[in-house]
This record gives sequence, C-alpha cells and structure tokens, in this order.
Amino acid sequence: MTEEFASKSAAAIDRAKAEGRAALVGYLPAGYPTVQESIEAGIALARNGADLIEIGIPYSDPVMDGPVIQAATTEAISNGFRVANVFDVVAGITAATDAAVLVMTYWNPVMRMGVDEFARRLAEAGGAGLITPDLVPDEAHEWFEASDRYGLDRVFLVAPSSTPERLDMTVKASRGFVYAVSIMGVTGTRTSVSSSAEDVVARAHAAGAERVCVGLGVSNPDHVREIAAYADGVIVGTALVAALRDGGVDAVGQLTKNLSAGLGRAAAEA
Amino acid sequence: MVDAPTAGSEENAADAFLQGGPSLRNASGPYFGSYGGRWMPESLIAALDEVQDTFEKAKADPDFIAQLKDLNKNYSGRPSLLTEAKRFSEHAGGARIFLKREDLNHTGSHKINNVLGQALLAKRMGKTRVIAETGAGQHGVASATAAALLGLECVVYMGAEDCRRQALNVARMQLLGATVVPVTNGSQTLKDAINDALRDWVSNVEHTHYLLGTAAGAHPFPAMVRYFHEVIGAEARSQILEQTGKLPDAIAACIGGGSNAIGLFHAFLDDASVKIYGFEAGGEGVETGRHAAAISLGRPGVLHGARSYLMQDEDGQTIESHSISAGLDYPSVGPEHSYLADIGRVTYEAVTDTEAMDAFSLLCRTEGIIPAIESSHALAGAIKIGKRLTEGKENPSDVTVIVNLSGRGDKDVETAAAWFNMLDEEGHVKGTTLSTRKPKGPTERTSEAAVDVNEDQN
Repeated sequence: MTEEFASKSAAAIDRAKAEGRAALVGYLPAGYPTVQESIEAGIALARNGADLIEIGIPYSDPVMDGPVIQAATTEAISNGFRVANVFDVVAGITAATDAAVLVMTYWNPVMRMGVDEFARRLAEAGGAGLITPDLVPDEAHEWFEASDRYGLDRVFLVAPSSTPERLDMTVKASRGFVYAVSIMGVTGTRTSVSSSAEDVVARAHAAGAERVCVGLGVSNPDHVREIAAYADGVIVGTALVAALRDGGVDAVGQLTKNLSAGLGRAAAEA
Repeated sequence: MVDAPTAGSEENAADAFLQGGPSLRNASGPYFGSYGGRWMPESLIAALDEVQDTFEKAKADPDFIAQLKDLNKNYSGRPSLLTEAKRFSEHAGGARIFLKREDLNHTGSHKINNVLGQALLAKRMGKTRVIAETGAGQHGVASATAAALLGLECVVYMGAEDCRRQALNVARMQLLGATVVPVTNGSQTLKDAINDALRDWVSNVEHTHYLLGTAAGAHPFPAMVRYFHEVIGAEARSQILEQTGKLPDAIAACIGGGSNAIGLFHAFLDDASVKIYGFEAGGEGVETGRHAAAISLGRPGVLHGARSYLMQDEDGQTIESHSISAGLDYPSVGPEHSYLADIGRVTYEAVTDTEAMDAFSLLCRTEGIIPAIESSHALAGAIKIGKRLTEGKENPSDVTVIVNLSGRGDKDVETAAAWFNMLDEEGHVKGTTLSTRKPKGPTERTSEAAVDVNEDQN
C-alpha cells in the first residue's frame, strides 16, 4: 500500500489498534431518508463507537446491493437526493466527529461529475477517500491521479475469488485499507459469516496489506466478535440501514453501541 | 494498469480506415477505442477471466467449431435465407431491399446463435446452471432452449413490465423448463433484469454461467457475443454476392444492445463502399425524452461493466428508456457500436414507435411476413435510406440494401393489435371473444372452447 501522506482511514484504524481492538466501520446511504437525517445518523454512528463511516451514494443501478440497501437508496433518490449532497453529508459528519468518513460509490456518478472535480470536492468536505465496488484497479487510472493529487484513500475490494496475482495487484493499488468481501454475494444480513472471509484476510495480509476490513453479511455483535479476531476492521451496512429505517437515528446509535461491544476490548480479557 | 486511450486515437482510427488502413474486423476487446473494458466488481473478475480463457481456447479448437456449425445447421436451421422483398421495396424509393431472415431460425430470432455458443462454453467450464436476462423474451426463450438441449438448469430474469408485455414468451420459457423471475426493481425492464442477473451471478458464480444476451457488458462479452453472431453477416455477404453479383450499397439493423447489428455489420466493416446504418429506438420521439436512443442522445458512461454511450442525467443516474419494443428498451449500447459511431464507420439514427409500427404493418401486407417490432425499426430505417440513396437515380433498382430481419413478430401480436386499435375494452380482438392476453404463470388446464374467427380484422 502506498502511504505518501497521512491516510485518514489508516489513522482511524490504527487508533483502534492502539486500544487493542479492531475498528468498526458503519455504512449508511447519503440522503436517506433525507440529507439532514443522514448527517444525524452518521454522527450517531461515530458517537456510539464507529471509527470509520462509509457514506453510500444512492445510484440507479446498484448491482452489489441487496434489497434493503436498494430500497433505501431508491427512496433517497425519489426524495430528491443529488450526488453533490454527498459532500454536505461528509462535511456535516466530519465537522461534528473525529471519525474518518469515506464515500462508497458506484463509478458512473463520479465519472459524470469528473473524477478530478469529485475528488477535489470530497477532499474539501473533509472526506477520507472512496470505496469503489465496481471500479477495479485495472480501470482506475484517472482515480489514481486524482486520489494522489488530493490526498484521498482509495479502497478497492478483494474477494474469495480473487487470484493471488489480482490480490497482490489490488493490495498495492489500495490506500487506507483493503475491503475484503466475506462472501460471494451482494450486501445483506446473513445468519453466519462465511469461513472464506478469514482466508481472504490472511491472503491480503500475506500480500502486504497492513489493514484489512471485512464486509458483507455482518449484522450482529457475534459476527463482529468473530471477524475482529482476525481482521483490522469490521464493516456493517445492511443491519444499520434497517435500523435507521425501522427506528430512526436512535436505533442506529443503539445498534452501533451493541456492535462495538464485539470489537475485542473485552476480547483482551479472554 | 491499462493506458487510457485518448480521444485522438479514435480520429486516427477513422483516418486510417478512410485511407484503407487496418481492418476494423475482429476487434478483440477489452477496449474499442475508449469504450468497453471491465467496470465490474472484483468478485466477478475471476469468472470473466474464466469465460474469456474458455472462449479463446474454444475458438481455436476444431471440435468446438464443428460442434457449433453442426448445431447451427441441424438445430437452428442455418444458413438463414436472404429474401428479396419486392413489394416492400416499392415503398423504399425502389431500392432493392433484401431481408436477412433471422426470423426463420429456431426460436424465431438471431438470439439462438449466441446462446448455443455460450451454452457450449458453459458446459466446457463445467457449469451446471445458466442465468439470463431478457427484454422481449427472445433471448430468454433462446436461453431456455439451449439449456434444455444441453441439460443445463436455466433461470431467466425479466422485468415485470416486460413479463406483462411479452406474456406469451414467459409461458414459452416455462414450457421449456426454465424458471422466470419477474424483476420489480427500478423501471422493471431490461436494465433491471441485468442488475438482478448480475446479483445472482456474483452469488452463484461457482456453478453458474451468465449467458448475457447482447454484445454489451464487461469484456469478453461484447467481442464474444459478436463472434457468435458473425455468421449473420458472413452468410448475408455471400448470399447477396450470389443473388446480385455485387456488394450492397447499404446494410441496416436495429440497435438495442446491438447484437444482431454487430453480427450483420462485422462482415462488411472493411467494405468501404457499403454504408452501414444502425437504427435505435426513438420511442415517442427523441424530442420527448421518452426513447432509447443511447448513441443519438446519450453520453459516454459506465453501466453493466462497459464504458459506452449511456442515457444518464446530470448526476450519472441512468435514465429510464422507453420503446414500444421491449427488446430495444435499453439505455446503453454495446461498446463496439459507440466506437463505430465515433469513427464514423456506422451511422446511427433514431426511429420512432410510429415509424416502426408503420413498417411492421407494411411488411405484413406486402410480403406476408410478420416481423418483430425490434426488427421493424430496421425496416423503417431501410425505407428512409432506400429513399435517400435512390434520390435522383435513373435506375433506383441499382441500389441494394440488406435489412437484418432479426426476429419474427408472433410475440408482438398483442402489442400490435392494441397499437392498430384491433382490441375492444376487454382486450378481445374486436368482433370476437378471442383474447390476446396470455396467462403469465403455469396455467391450469382448461378446455376453452375453440373460437372461430370468421372475419378478417381489417
């Protein structure tokens, strides 16, 4: 991983590491149910134990998302969400908390705005970088340039299906952390975490990744505890979106508190 | 990392072509100029590599080629005919219009060419299940057919709106043993069916092949789907030489994702004297915003794995496309078409619903052929270019045009009957009790009384 300048995501993960625990990464979509409420929900995430926050841009064709996130982002768009609102959400959360705030986005909205322009505005809003579910390093030349220019993290995904060559290439291309997909599938809660996750994390570490976070299907403190034992961070999405849908900002705070109990502060005692 | 192709490289390609430069045929991908590529989740890259590797090896394997040829000949019924449409030609400025009869293939459209090829590849990869998206239902039917033939499980994703428009094809797929999943996300049409198929693929990639139905998507699909359809142009080129002794002045095809078109175009790309036309769905008119003319009015973006012309708003959100034809109702287009448009080798124009339905009716009445509404867009386009190319010509019949009649119109009878005002309020054909509405799901067996249709409806 390249670390020419201070990575906000890496720093947030390292702060957790210094406390002897894995980092908690919470995902919520921008503009759901409204721009203001998504800022409040992001702040609730940070105040209740999330070290990093992943803000998703609602997109018309989210092929990596399951029904819960699809429904939320579709609602956000029909409530008038515009892509530029994501910078307000990032700025709103970073102004109120110390969490590193990344944006998770499918690539076409970034291309449409212009990669450089998008990166400039994200950096200006205090964002840490981008997580790009449908952009592989092979197609990311513009993003390499822009992320270097504005000092942003570029978080690429690795999967159980990634070959050793691709894993190596993706780890080298990433900055901040590497996003390990726990399972071959889309976002959504699952009853158990796939055993393939541990293997992907081990392979990414072996390829030189200093920080690897695991996402997809993580929804309860038991999952968090299980993953925190071998990964540097645990990513929770769908369960938080469902909490926001069913119980509003307070429910997000409560769930975050529950999830963070699994992070390994207590595991040190074990 | 791959070097970014620059805009300049496309101008150079156009210059080179005009000067008799390198061939435009057999472009291998992943890039066609600055289009194409692999804008895909990492989870699927290994599967795409496997497809590409299997495809490359199969192409070089005489056994595979022989197997494909045998199926094309003895199962699909290839070569398909090239039929001169003499009475129809009178309405196209007197140019001689020839129809490439993909409608006569088994399953009734060009789609069978691609599915047989890909289903054979699926078997080679040891996959036991294929999934497919479908708009009009033609690709779904073809996929269900190939799966039945080769003993593969088949699941077809189809927009709920399209299930309604093409209920007959839903029943056909079910009869062939496939499971049809109605997609209720987004606009409930082709693009949303592709989204759900991709979600299925990423979850089941170990034993499942995604049998993509058009020359779009991530590499290697655009080049691979074209390869399986190249037979259309190869046959048409030798048939027209045999029938007229010369190359055609123009060739025309309809464009949704663009697979039938690229299959016809490929053989003629290096024939500089042959003008090539692609006709997109202009829907209610391009000025209304309700259309599917991605090249005519879109701008480059990424959708479903490829960079190509795309109907998108200022935020990069995909705009819902509109067309009377379910098969053309797609907001993007295969990347090779975007490239061919930019270098000026192919001219892309929009044809409205009304123009297409007029051509549909005309072909029915002048040639006794009911075309698919998709193909009717190419027919309407052929009328326009026939008139254009014969203007001021003493012998208009010197002008020859090949139109790809990519599918038959049986599936479109209900849509056409409604369009031509042949139905009463209950959806019955006027003057009869005959309903054109077909059941969606597995039907209970009922002994419906046979209906005599005594009157011609017009």
